Amino acid sequence: MIKGKFIDNLPKVYGIYTGGFLVFIILMAIAEQAGMSAKLIGIFFVAFTVFIYAFIGWLSRTMQADAYYVAGRQVPTVFNGMATAADWMSGASFVAMAGGIYFKGYGYMALLVGWTGGYVLVASLLAPYLRKFGCYTVPDFIGTRYGGNLARLSAVLVLTVASFTYVTAQINATGTIASVALDIPFGIAVYVGLASILMCSMLGGMRAVTWTQVAQYIVLIIAYLLPVFWISNKMGAGFFPHFMLADEVARIAELESQFGLGSVKNSAADLASVPKGLAGITKAHSEVNTTPWKFISLAVCMMAGTASLPHVMMRYFTTPSVKTARRSVGWSLFFIFLLYSSAPMLATLSKLSLMDPNLSTGIIGKSISDVQALDWYQNWNQANLMFVSDFNGNGTLELNEFFMGGKAVVLATPEIAGLPYVISGLVAAGGMAAAMSTADGLVLAISNALSHDIYYKIINPKAETAKRLIVARVLLFLIGFAGASIAALEIQGILGSVIWAFDFAMSGLFFPLVLGVWWKRANAPGAVAGMLLGLISGTAYLIWVRNGGAGFWGVTQLTFGIVGSLVSLVSMVIVSLITKAPDAATQRMVDEVRVPSGKTVLAKSH
Amino acid sequence: MSKQAQHWEKTRNHLFVTLAIWFVFSIGIFFFGAEMEASNFRPLGYPLSYYMTCQGSLGIFVILIFWFANRQEKIDEEFGYTEREGD
Repeated sequence: MIKGKFIDNLPKVYGIYTGGFLVFIILMAIAEQAGMSAKLIGIFFVAFTVFIYAFIGWLSRTMQADAYYVAGRQVPTVFNGMATAADWMSGASFVAMAGGIYFKGYGYMALLVGWTGGYVLVASLLAPYLRKFGCYTVPDFIGTRYGGNLARLSAVLVLTVASFTYVTAQINATGTIASVALDIPFGIAVYVGLASILMCSMLGGMRAVTWTQVAQYIVLIIAYLLPVFWISNKMGAGFFPHFMLADEVARIAELESQFGLGSVKNSAADLASVPKGLAGITKAHSEVNTTPWKFISLAVCMMAGTASLPHVMMRYFTTPSVKTARRSVGWSLFFIFLLYSSAPMLATLSKLSLMDPNLSTGIIGKSISDVQALDWYQNWNQANLMFVSDFNGNGTLELNEFFMGGKAVVLATPEIAGLPYVISGLVAAGGMAAAMSTADGLVLAISNALSHDIYYKIINPKAETAKRLIVARVLLFLIGFAGASIAALEIQGILGSVIWAFDFAMSGLFFPLVLGVWWKRANAPGAVAGMLLGLISGTAYLIWVRNGGAGFWGVTQLTFGIVGSLVSLVSMVIVSLITKAPDAATQRMVDEVRVPSGKTVLAKSH
Repeated sequence: MSKQAQHWEKTRNHLFVTLAIWFVFSIGIFFFGAEMEASNFRPLGYPLSYYMTCQGSLGIFVILIFWFANRQEKIDEEFGYTEREGD
């Protein structure tokens, strides 16, 4: 039984893997000293890690339904936590989050609170109960709890809209990183990214995705934390940045007023010369710069969205028991916390590196021509992520004359702070791991819902396992391909579409899922009304606001889930109450779900 | 009241306590962003508003989930609903 042994040996297997990866980093550092080019180091990092993931994917191939859909339900608590963290932290978290904090400060940090607070809802309201249910997919729960194909179909619809919005952003991110690291055009890099994603999931489904996600988490967390600690120590800011950057935060506030932040404004004509997508610092680093409602409404949407996104929920279907599902949520959040609590520290270190004239890396207040002669400035200017211009013609770089892309905070800071290039290669590999792991989870969530809930449960309930799994793989390929084709069009920035995905999921799924467990009286017509009206009203509000509509209650295109989910709740309660109560069998089923012991509601393999 | 109903009542009360704590640190305190910023209580030297969004609330959520899981396990045990191996 190699499989049994593999599960028992997990700490050892991943311990060796982590050690091997560290050795690889050291080898690359030695190669850099020996004169290996930066480009080659980048290629090695991305190619080597992607190859390892593909290898794990191949080792985890399977032809069994419960291994393909729920990894055989034997993933231990801590490892499922790591896999969920990788599943969760997308290219946006890795590449864009520190940049968002850098530019928007407090107002942006509502996302940090929302993307972590949501896990309390997952742990307390949903995950243990859905695990007890024993479903393969989220629509599987909706379809069985409420009964009827219409409920199942509606759930698949919401899942597809939310996850597909999300996945295009992730494939876009893999394409961006692959194109930079491997030096190929974006249009081709997107498909290279797609191929890597499919290699991880196609042969082994959830089982393969689980074990590659654990491997990807290890790479991404090393790639994020190492530079933060290194820069902090190099700068003399403190050996453990998270607890020791208070002076640096205060120093930034001091510099901001010294450099006239907020008092010097750029003219519209000057701003027009700045390349698209780049921004200057316009908000104070640590000041409260938004209204309570704006902050709270964004946090609430992200929290409810977290609890309704199927690719996260389905990770808790893979644990051995209800108890481990609950604990696993705690571990997931712990592993997410490691990265999220580091993002503000990276933003602080990055900003201070650039601003402080007492540091050798500081550029504000230096002469424009000196800055333009810097190696790293030229590199990132060429990559369209940095720009300076002497608007007032005094020959000195002012705070309002320096512009940067959000991604540059993560990607360029190691270079700015003078770390060896090997760290930049490592960061590229980390970003790739983050985007790939999320894309894998999402593509699998969509294709599993289509193959299990539409094909097997509705179209062809007599299909044999082998046929079901072939259909699942064909769908996986098609969805990935569709996602890549749309990603290649580059419609919406990485972060915009990520936030929309949360709002879509919240609009359609939050209350139907929660009330399915917590309100026995909820029935099929109510759930269908809740899902469809929630999704429709949320989408309508988004379209209205996007096309210049005024909106109401201060709900923006980033928080339209508030409108959607309220409509969903109200319509679900009203329709449930005016139609017949669920039958006795359904009520018994809900009772069973509420008790951890005993058999799952759905059979082990179904 | 049946054993199952009692178990569910305890579970529900536990949920309400958990959600109340969650509400305070995810929503409640952010009504007072400006007050937190002006506060003299500065954990590790950071402004309180900055600290809560960077680490404070996030760390509390981690601890809250583990506390929630532990207490829920005790409730399940009390009523004999703990899962056996191989369930």
